Amino acid sequence: MRYLFGRLMQVGLVMIVVSFVSFSMFNFVGDPLSSLLPEDATAADADRMRDALGLNDSVMTQYGRFMANAVQGNFGISYRLKQPVTELIASRLPATLELVAVSAVIAIVVGVTAGVFCGIRPKSWASKTILSSSLAGVSLPTFVMGIALIYIFAVTLKWLPSSGRGGTVDLGVWKTSLLTVDGWRSILLPAITLSLFQTTMILRLVRAEMLEVMRADYIKFARARGLTDRAINFGHALRNTLVPVTTVIGMNIGGLIAFSVITETVFQWPGTGLMFIQAVGFVDIPVMAAYLLFVAGLFVLISLTVDLLYFLIDPRIRLS
Amino acid sequence: MTQLLDIRNLSIDFPMRGLVLNAVKGFNLQVNAGEIIGLVGESGAGKSTVGNAITGLLGKPGRISRGEVIFQGENICDYTDEQMRKLRGRRIGMIFQDPQSSLNPLMTVGKQLVETIQECLGLRLKEAEARAIELLNDVGIPDPESRLKSYPHQFSGGMRQRVVIALALAGDPELIIADEPTTALDVSIQSQILQLIRKICDERGVGVIMVTHDIGVVSEIADRVAVMFRGELVEVGGVDQVLRNPQHEYTQNLIVAVPSPDKRLHRFTCVDLIEGEASQTKIDVQTHWLGKANSDVVEDAGPAIEIKDMSLAFRLKNSVLKSQRTFVQAVDNVSFDIEQGETFGLVGESGSGKSTLARIVAGLHTADKGELSIYGKKIGFKHNDPARRHSRTFLQVVFQDPYSSMNSRMNIRDIVAEPMRFHNLTENEAQTRQIVDDLLDHVGLGKTAARRYPHEFSGGQRQRIAIARALASRPKILICDEPTSALDVSTQAQILNLLRDLQDELGLTMLFISHDLPVVRQMCDRIAVMRHGKICEIASNEDLFENPQHEYSQHLLKLMPNLGAS
Amino acid sequence: MIDTEKTSRLSRFLDNDMVWSFTHSPMAMAAGIATLLFFCAALFAPIIAPFNPFDPAQVMLWDGKLPPAWADGGLPQYILGTDDQGRDLLSTMLYGGRLSILVGLAAVLLGMVLGTTLGVISGFAGGLTDVIIMRIADVQLTIPGILTAIMINGFGRAFLPIEYHNQFAIYFVIIAIGLSDWPQFARVTRGATMVERNKEYVQAARVIGLPNWLIILRHVLPNVMRSVIVLSTLSFAIAIISEATLSFLGQGIPSTTPSLGTLIRVGNEYLFSGLWWIAFFPSLTLVLLVFSVNLLGDKLRDILDPKLR
Repeated sequence: MRYLFGRLMQVGLVMIVVSFVSFSMFNFVGDPLSSLLPEDATAADADRMRDALGLNDSVMTQYGRFMANAVQGNFGISYRLKQPVTELIASRLPATLELVAVSAVIAIVVGVTAGVFCGIRPKSWASKTILSSSLAGVSLPTFVMGIALIYIFAVTLKWLPSSGRGGTVDLGVWKTSLLTVDGWRSILLPAITLSLFQTTMILRLVRAEMLEVMRADYIKFARARGLTDRAINFGHALRNTLVPVTTVIGMNIGGLIAFSVITETVFQWPGTGLMFIQAVGFVDIPVMAAYLLFVAGLFVLISLTVDLLYFLIDPRIRLS
Repeated sequence: MTQLLDIRNLSIDFPMRGLVLNAVKGFNLQVNAGEIIGLVGESGAGKSTVGNAITGLLGKPGRISRGEVIFQGENICDYTDEQMRKLRGRRIGMIFQDPQSSLNPLMTVGKQLVETIQECLGLRLKEAEARAIELLNDVGIPDPESRLKSYPHQFSGGMRQRVVIALALAGDPELIIADEPTTALDVSIQSQILQLIRKICDERGVGVIMVTHDIGVVSEIADRVAVMFRGELVEVGGVDQVLRNPQHEYTQNLIVAVPSPDKRLHRFTCVDLIEGEASQTKIDVQTHWLGKANSDVVEDAGPAIEIKDMSLAFRLKNSVLKSQRTFVQAVDNVSFDIEQGETFGLVGESGSGKSTLARIVAGLHTADKGELSIYGKKIGFKHNDPARRHSRTFLQVVFQDPYSSMNSRMNIRDIVAEPMRFHNLTENEAQTRQIVDDLLDHVGLGKTAARRYPHEFSGGQRQRIAIARALASRPKILICDEPTSALDVSTQAQILNLLRDLQDELGLTMLFISHDLPVVRQMCDRIAVMRHGKICEIASNEDLFENPQHEYSQHLLKLMPNLGAS
Repeated sequence: MIDTEKTSRLSRFLDNDMVWSFTHSPMAMAAGIATLLFFCAALFAPIIAPFNPFDPAQVMLWDGKLPPAWADGGLPQYILGTDDQGRDLLSTMLYGGRLSILVGLAAVLLGMVLGTTLGVISGFAGGLTDVIIMRIADVQLTIPGILTAIMINGFGRAFLPIEYHNQFAIYFVIIAIGLSDWPQFARVTRGATMVERNKEYVQAARVIGLPNWLIILRHVLPNVMRSVIVLSTLSFAIAIISEATLSFLGQGIPSTTPSLGTLIRVGNEYLFSGLWWIAFFPSLTLVLLVFSVNLLGDKLRDILDPKLR
């Protein structure tokens, strides 16, 4: 319990720091008045406006107001699109989450399987091949991979679409593209692009962890007791790699969210990442600030989930 | 007595980059049911390699190049991997050194036992569980039923080793290979585990090969002893015969080097078969650097070290809340004096606070309260205390681990010269170099050592370098923190001899910390026994060993392995 | 005397196990040589390049979008063709690679100096200093480096009027990548420092009376450097990718003085019209450069610091 409490404290700290950065952006970067005042406003108008917006209050009061608004989901209005930021994010969110989810499944399934294989049979030619090509995978920037896939499958072969989500189905609050054939065709290339880097990272780390565990004394002792290779590999070794691998997977889902910014740009995928990059281009501060806070929230959520998983996996944490 | 195991002419090779390392050469050994054979040797002698070869667990790239291992009439060198696997656990069990890392931390003890029992004996779950409880009971774990559901981290070190033994017994093996089973344990637990192994051996009639570097352990439980040296078996025989009347030259040297708890010798009879040191012509220390008085020291200012009401607590668990913090009292209200020229010993088990106390004296830890005076001058606890700064030239430390006590990026000259250079003790660089060379000569290493790097030296040689560094600032007081516990016995004897000689020549005051009673017996004039941060008893060497007053001292002395050799 | 000491140090260096492993691993040597070639190409770009892409006199707008020399319509003087503004692609790439490597090096240097300093201080001092520094690093580590870099870069640009963006872009990129990188260095050096700090040679130095800064400088740093070198190499690869990514997103180096990433962004716009070479050659160069640095880092890690991951 102490452990979870400590983690929650840390998470709270992260959110406070990030929200403060986000708030400072919001308030001090650029001049919020210039985008809100009419062209012909006088200095007196500006002062009144400043008062009305509370810009003359102390920094802490302003921060409190910002947080109160943020908690209610109010991040102001996008300078560029003249739309409430919250609405904007909500409408873009399903696209990003679906993309990340599909990529995560690919990355985890392929990465863990191949990693375990390479860890158990480090000397076989298959694992050596996998390992060498994984280094190439780490060296392939996401956007280069995306461009290459687009050029091959969309431009040259014309098998798959190069951009957009394809057909979507409206489920009330959630617009999904995972219920149409067209949607699946559209998500395939971006998902593969996005997952490639994370797949190779998971693969390499799982392999390294597996090798590390295989050197442990308890594996040697298990062998000395005459247990079968199967029982040793899957019963003892794999379970012990689970703790570090969970961390790795948590980090990599975080990585997927980060790299979705790039993938979404390459494939013009209408998600939050694309929205953010466009906002940066136009110095659309409210959108940038809100996205920062939103992403931090996502990461915090992921790392808390990982902690909870530790708690289930490792008796040393659970029972101490 | 039925013969279990017959090893004939066994050779094991490790092909390395460009050369083949012969780890074991022409090894012969027979093991009978119901006997314990102690396989003794110093590090690198190949004793663990033999154990691993018997069970087919030789690490790559090791391989058996010659000879046969006949177990119950069958040559198991011809076995396939699958046959070897079935041999392990069912017919040959193994116990490893460190109980902490031998058990899977994520699996309950019961699960690990049941899994092994089912695999080896093919029992059903209920029967396997019943047998697991029986086994835990046999190895002396209280309340075995409920302990099945515990995880390894919930057991203490000694209990964990009992669980490891239960696991090794799970498949009902006829032979058990125990690889340093008590090395990672404290003395009091060590003797319990040894008794347990003896009991199992007698009751079940299994054969035991006890691989160890510790002659004390062997003398306590083995029936026969096999001595290995550089991959070869040099001597086999009954315990009494080998320990009292060794035949081979190496064994003789080894036995002589083991410090005896019974009587105090001035020096160990010299043993140089192992390190092969050239006997250097030593410089005359009295007229040289070391003999010249360290001018700033007032000699007749009372005891060398005076400690009064010293206490220090470490924080075990940190927390924002004061009430949640837990402390351990590492040093608890300790007072004693060390006279000039005396060797004062501090003994105790791990965690008794003896090293912490030494570190306070050396200025590496700051005490919570208490007074420390060196040569009558009170040393403040502030980092920049002038008295402390002054003491740094005449108080030096020799540390425990020769592998980490030197910066591997510096050559020996820079290492030894560091104190002289930092304190500007010499007039010029040429003089510094000359003194470094002389010091290295004096501790028994050639002048050529100066330009080499630490990794080129063995553990014993490194400890000599560490001593040379400690001497470089012409200390009057030398603190030795377990200076030989990382060394083999024969090397230990040499280092102890060296320290002895230096004390005779230079009249050093020594604070000598050790967990090893026989070593303390040989080295110290007065001894303090420590436990849980407190001093139980301070007595002269003879008084303590012949007539201990405190209960805990008596307990420690009783546990001390006695070779029975005289 | 000094001379013999030096030669013996050199021969000791060459005789060293690690050097042996390196020179006897074909992959490591290949990676090392390839990386060296890239560095040479970057260093000597003004000499090697057939054109100066930044000299308006040498750029012919009507030569724009020409395919490589061997393809239909290619001109022999433009070996790899030209970009949309009529600049020789090979020359632009040489200068672009130079910029990419420069930014990568500067960023890693920034991250390394900052991270190593904080990491060593944190590991050596312990206590509150350690808690504060590592908490900050932990917070930053929760968010992947590339995203941090994009944000720092984006926010940095937000402070500046748009007119100045191109002028200061390169500094923003370096600072953004460097700042996104330091927690890695801090984490690794802190761990290594804590291991070293507890070793007895540091205690011995304390007994002698050496002050902390001298202990850190003379004893701790040289022993931590191995991990730092390996990490720097791997971070260098990541920094190059990050720079390329920022430039590709239009947030990095402007197209007036393009880096590899900028070239790929420009090329990407022409991909659908079949002008494949503008994107292809810079991409290939980028991937090869990153791959050889990664391979070098990977091998260095195997040799120097097998425990680091």
